[in-house]
Amino acid sequence: MDFGFKISPSSAVNLDNVDLSLYDRLAEVEPDIRKCIACGSCSASCPANRFSGMSVRKAILGLQRGKEKEVAKMLSTCMLCGKCSMVCPRGINTRHLILSICKFYKED
Amino acid sequence: MKDNILIIGGGIAGLEAASQLLKLGYNPIIVEKSDHLGGHVADWNRLFPDMTPAEEVVSRLVAETSEANIFLNTEISFVNKLKDSYNIMLSNGISVITGTLLFATGFSMFDASKKEEYGYGIYNQVMTNRDLEHWFNTGKDARIPEEGPAAMGFVHCVGSRDEKARNPQCSKVCCITAVKQAIEMKQKFPEAMIYCFYMDLRMFGKKYEDFYISAQRDYGIRFIRGRVSEVSENIEGKLIVKAEDTLSGKPVKVTLDLLVLMAGIVCNPDTCKTAGLISLPVDSDGFLKSRDNIADITESPKEGIFYAGACTGPKTVPETLAEARSAALEIHNYISRKK
Repeated sequence: MDFGFKISPSSAVNLDNVDLSLYDRLAEVEPDIRKCIACGSCSASCPANRFSGMSVRKAILGLQRGKEKEVAKMLSTCMLCGKCSMVCPRGINTRHLILSICKFYKED
Repeated sequence: MKDNILIIGGGIAGLEAASQLLKLGYNPIIVEKSDHLGGHVADWNRLFPDMTPAEEVVSRLVAETSEANIFLNTEISFVNKLKDSYNIMLSNGISVITGTLLFATGFSMFDASKKEEYGYGIYNQVMTNRDLEHWFNTGKDARIPEEGPAAMGFVHCVGSRDEKARNPQCSKVCCITAVKQAIEMKQKFPEAMIYCFYMDLRMFGKKYEDFYISAQRDYGIRFIRGRVSEVSENIEGKLIVKAEDTLSGKPVKVTLDLLVLMAGIVCNPDTCKTAGLISLPVDSDGFLKSRDNIADITESPKEGIFYAGACTGPKTVPETLAEARSAALEIHNYISRKK
């Protein structure tokens, strides 16, 4: 039945339904992904951030919360300049990490 | 004859331990490499949480240790292990034979110029927490304008929680120090807009949380959750500070007249050198390794060698004093047991 309107889907993250198997496989090749302390240095130094919202911090969090589609879309705006790896206090090779995320997402 | 106890370091840990050991009837000998007692606390102005003058704490300790042997401007040249004691040669030519050594060697402050992106030593308006305390003490610093800064910021975790700077540990006291200094600046310059850039605020100690609430509610200090990624200068000579406001997920940019870097606590390189003379082990965080990190913090794995204060990791002033008293008691028990 068409009422002429519909309820938008819930934006809540239901952790019961989040499938982290892909994330776990990614973490095996990129163990540094678990080292992120969400300080935001990467996003603040990212030249693409203010135009497209690209943010490694958000990408890592998104994967942990099962928002893989949003992450893949966001990463498509990354220019791979590597500025984020220079500022990361945890020494995460973010550029390499972004490439790995892209590779993993394509495989599926 | 009274037993000699060699205390390396004349900061608050060394002084407090010496004062207790005097009361217990020993002969403490303090070796201090600088020209004054009190260590880092002597460079500070006021201490959280009750804004106690640092000078008060130091002068009380100095008065209590007036009967101890104190050598200023002196270092340990070398150490010979005898059968069950140590023969220690000091740089002033004096040698001391003792069965008991207390490391109260403290910490070093992280060299903020190593984080080039924050511009310490490059831009005129960037200073450290220690520089600000120095200004509180002397009122002399060209970086702070007489009418006060219109806007200023504090950067937390400079050289702390930073694997690239090889300091993965939290320095423990900078969160509350930044909040304290922000309040002090606001008291001096009520018109100033003050920002704190933090990753996490670790308000673990007595009344720290009250400080934090008061900074927000009574002083209007603005807290932004995000690590500063870079600092630059505009054509007017003001600082442009960039960070991500991780709570809103948006990049932030702000123009400031003054930026204070909260340089963290790192292990003292001279401590490692002295510890190397008697092959004392170093823990995975770069500080001296205790026999046990829960039950025996003040004891080293080597017999007759004890620790007090920040040589085993970042500590607050009351923690350091408590540890110094505890080390004095451990030393007393150790010497009584041997007799």
